[in-house]
Amino acid sequence: MTAVTLTVNGTERSLEVEPRTLLVHALRDDLGLTGTNVGCDSSSCGACTVLVDGQSAKSCTMFAVQANDADITTIEGVADADGTLHPMQQAFHEHHALQCGYCTPGMVMAAISLVEEYPGLDEGGVRHGLEGNLCRCTGYQNIVDAVLAAAGSGGD
Amino acid sequence: MTITEDAPGHVGSRRLRKEDPALLTGEAKFIDDLALPGAIWVGMVRSTEAHANIVGIDGSAALAIDGVNEVLSGEDLAPLWGEGALPCAWPVTPDMKNPAHLPVARGTAKYVGDAVAVVLADSRYAAADGAAAVVVDYEPLPAVVEIEDAVADGAPLVHADLDSNECYTWGLWGDNAPAIDAAFAEAAHVVSERYLQQRLIPAPMEPRGCAAVPSPAGGELTLYSATQIPHILKVMTAVVLGIPENKLRVVAPSVGGGFGCKLNVYAEEILCSALAMQRGAPVRWTEGRAEAAVSTIQGRGQVQHIELAADADGKVTAVRVKLLADMGAYLQLVTPGVPLLGGFLYHGCYDIPNYMFECTSVFTNRTPTDAYRGAGRPEATYAVERAMDSLAVSVGVSPEEIRARNFIGADAFPYTSAAGLIFDSGDYQTVLDKAVALADVDGRRSDQAQRRASGSSKRIGVGFSSYVEMCGLAPSRVLASLDYGAGGWEAATVRISPTCKVQVVTGSTPHGQGHETCWSMIVADQLGVDPDDVEVLHSDTAVSPTGLDTYGSRSLAVGGTAVYMATEKVIDKARAIAAHQLEASEDDLEFSGGVFRVRGTPEAEVPLAGIAFAAFTAHDLPDGMEPNLEAHVTYDPPNFTFPNGTHIAVVEVDTDTGDVDLIDYVAVDDCGVQINPLVVEGQVHGGILQGAAQALYEDAVYNSDGQLVSANLGDYLVPSAAEAPRFRLDSHVTPSPTNPMGVKGVGEAGTIAAAPAVINAVVDALRDLGVTDVDMPASPQTVWRAIADAQGGAS
Ligand code: FES
Ligand code: FES
Repeated sequence: MTAVTLTVNGTERSLEVEPRTLLVHALRDDLGLTGTNVGCDSSSCGACTVLVDGQSAKSCTMFAVQANDADITTIEGVADADGTLHPMQQAFHEHHALQCGYCTPGMVMAAISLVEEYPGLDEGGVRHGLEGNLCRCTGYQNIVDAVLAAAGSGGD
Repeated sequence: MTITEDAPGHVGSRRLRKEDPALLTGEAKFIDDLALPGAIWVGMVRSTEAHANIVGIDGSAALAIDGVNEVLSGEDLAPLWGEGALPCAWPVTPDMKNPAHLPVARGTAKYVGDAVAVVLADSRYAAADGAAAVVVDYEPLPAVVEIEDAVADGAPLVHADLDSNECYTWGLWGDNAPAIDAAFAEAAHVVSERYLQQRLIPAPMEPRGCAAVPSPAGGELTLYSATQIPHILKVMTAVVLGIPENKLRVVAPSVGGGFGCKLNVYAEEILCSALAMQRGAPVRWTEGRAEAAVSTIQGRGQVQHIELAADADGKVTAVRVKLLADMGAYLQLVTPGVPLLGGFLYHGCYDIPNYMFECTSVFTNRTPTDAYRGAGRPEATYAVERAMDSLAVSVGVSPEEIRARNFIGADAFPYTSAAGLIFDSGDYQTVLDKAVALADVDGRRSDQAQRRASGSSKRIGVGFSSYVEMCGLAPSRVLASLDYGAGGWEAATVRISPTCKVQVVTGSTPHGQGHETCWSMIVADQLGVDPDDVEVLHSDTAVSPTGLDTYGSRSLAVGGTAVYMATEKVIDKARAIAAHQLEASEDDLEFSGGVFRVRGTPEAEVPLAGIAFAAFTAHDLPDGMEPNLEAHVTYDPPNFTFPNGTHIAVVEVDTDTGDVDLIDYVAVDDCGVQINPLVVEGQVHGGILQGAAQALYEDAVYNSDGQLVSANLGDYLVPSAAEAPRFRLDSHVTPSPTNPMGVKGVGEAGTIAAAPAVINAVVDALRDLGVTDVDMPASPQTVWRAIADAQGGAS
């Protein structure tokens, strides 16, 4: 077992993990943050996307030990403490950009990072920027519209 | 409490979903999110051979792994279920072959993915490591992989104890055969086509998973499963394992999509339940993605032969269909019934007097097939809509004209089809006209002509698909006539609490469709309350003991109707109390906006809230009336519903590379009255992309050894946002007369319509090059080869 220290959603957490423990399983199983989902075993679906030091990362492609000392943001950490949704979450809600909701946490995290990194994206840019996140329910149109709206409204 | 003054009219509005916040914040609990301290983790050891005798199972390397506790073979597990097999609920013919499908194989493995042993471990990782470390000694047997090979002379047998690979033959033609032969003999035009429906992997973003939790003191068991069908699963698990049904509870937590593949009773559900009872400890399993590709059912898998006979004007006089359908190695819950669901619809939305359908279903050494979004109807629509385009070419008219000449007329409803169904309502021509206008078909065609004239390598194609589907499964008596093993009703309970909050219990089981929002809107309008004051409970047999769950676009037309009727029943009871309080006759009362009023005496009124409280205290109710406002309804629909529509796809095909770009997609659907257009559009978007994905990207590719070579999401091309087009939608509403709200259903429409629209567009783009057919998926390689073959043939 290896000691790992992560700052998760603003709180420092120390845990002991097997060296091969994936970050996503450390978050889900060890820290109980089950909002981040697992949809594949080949880094293909993006359901597990979180922010690592502000950048989106597929948490199934990283070992927890690789994230030692990193600042992690998961879906549980993006709404305000009073429950007010993050503008990206709010835009997903208003555009009906989720159905079953399984892809949603990863999609929201990827979208937050995308619009922050590339301000002023057009529809094509959003579609290509979210290529690594699969959704089986929505056909993507409402997701794309939500991301464009959140970007346009200054919703980081 | 919120009682609005005026009838609020939530139905028909684009109300945002109440399901969203929990899903958007990560609060929602999916199956793998459940914390079950002390649970035994199951790892499944799956056959790597398509067909082989299991000579030996060596668990020693697995048992050497820290945290792996047991390795169990099918024989070791036999005491748990004896000869109990996974259930098939649809024996479509009396002589259908249904080989016993044991949860874990004994002796012989019959497909890649067949469970052959089980590892029990302390953790998720140990279970996975252990399963990978089990060494199985196989003696390979000859395998049957492709459908047509299964019926070839001398084909190896999938099941050695059967005398062929045929599962059943089912037909629908009545005494019509001479008339059909005559129609073909007299036809001016005959179209005869062969189409392939490749196998598809449903791939909801959440894989399957289950957890069985015993309560040793009470001898009870709770089975949590990522399932569409907790109610059916409960009955089936009780039957297979002999657990008294009253000791079993099944819960579907948040479920991350299903699309039919979670409409089943799977080995792992039976296994975890049996082990949990035996060990007195929670037992859980979570499916991996590559595992899902072979261990969860697949969809489609058919070879279709369709023939149309038409007169000189292109009016179709007969349709004759012969199908070969791939069951896979075993029958799952409704495997054999899937082709039948399409079997009634190979005449499409056309008025065709003579109809013959025959399906022979076969076993192969592949993963079982079963219902996948549309289940039989996408296949039927594909065949007839592709064939109609061929007929249009033969007659020399446009695709829209051949459809117009054959549509069932708007004045023909209720329409009795040649296959024996009674179509409820529709106006197919108006729907098509709307789609043609929206898609700017004329503009696209002139662009197409220009590019052809200029020799451009970027060809434009316009493809049509007009469809009708049967939804709202189903009238129980019709199901009986089809030998289905259950009814088609749905149940609902509506309760009004002392403080006038509303609780709706539904037997439908959502997994993304938005039942909570939509049921609330329906009930809120009926009762004159705010939708936020309506709570919708579902998916837990302890809370909702009666139900038949969600599949076949049945939730709204059957489950929603049950909710509507239960609410009406509650209102009737409230009216009796109101009449008692107001000392008026019930006939003199009107109810709107949540208030009962005596007609003509506006000051004589009582709000529902007052009645709810009076019903609770029961101090002054009419003589003989039971306290409380609550009603239960089980609704058995008198007929199916028949959503319909026309979709138009526009593609740009690069003739140099074979690449197909879906540049526009227009859909005009008639799903009856819409409760929430926002939700309807979401269903249509997702459905279209799933159908378009069959047309362009997805294919469960097996090699000749029966190995699935597209098992993970890198090889099996579920489209991303980058491939998806922008959809442009319109709708047309002909209310269904079958149910009081006039609703039809929309969950499968997009998938049913899309594949033929896209392939018709691809063929349209390339027709001047001599291309008449392109197999699905129309990958660049397939399209390029079709062009090359057509050009080669022409030279
Ligand atoms: S779980 Fe699919 S990319 Fe991480
Ligand atoms: S909402 Fe279901 S997978 Fe995206």
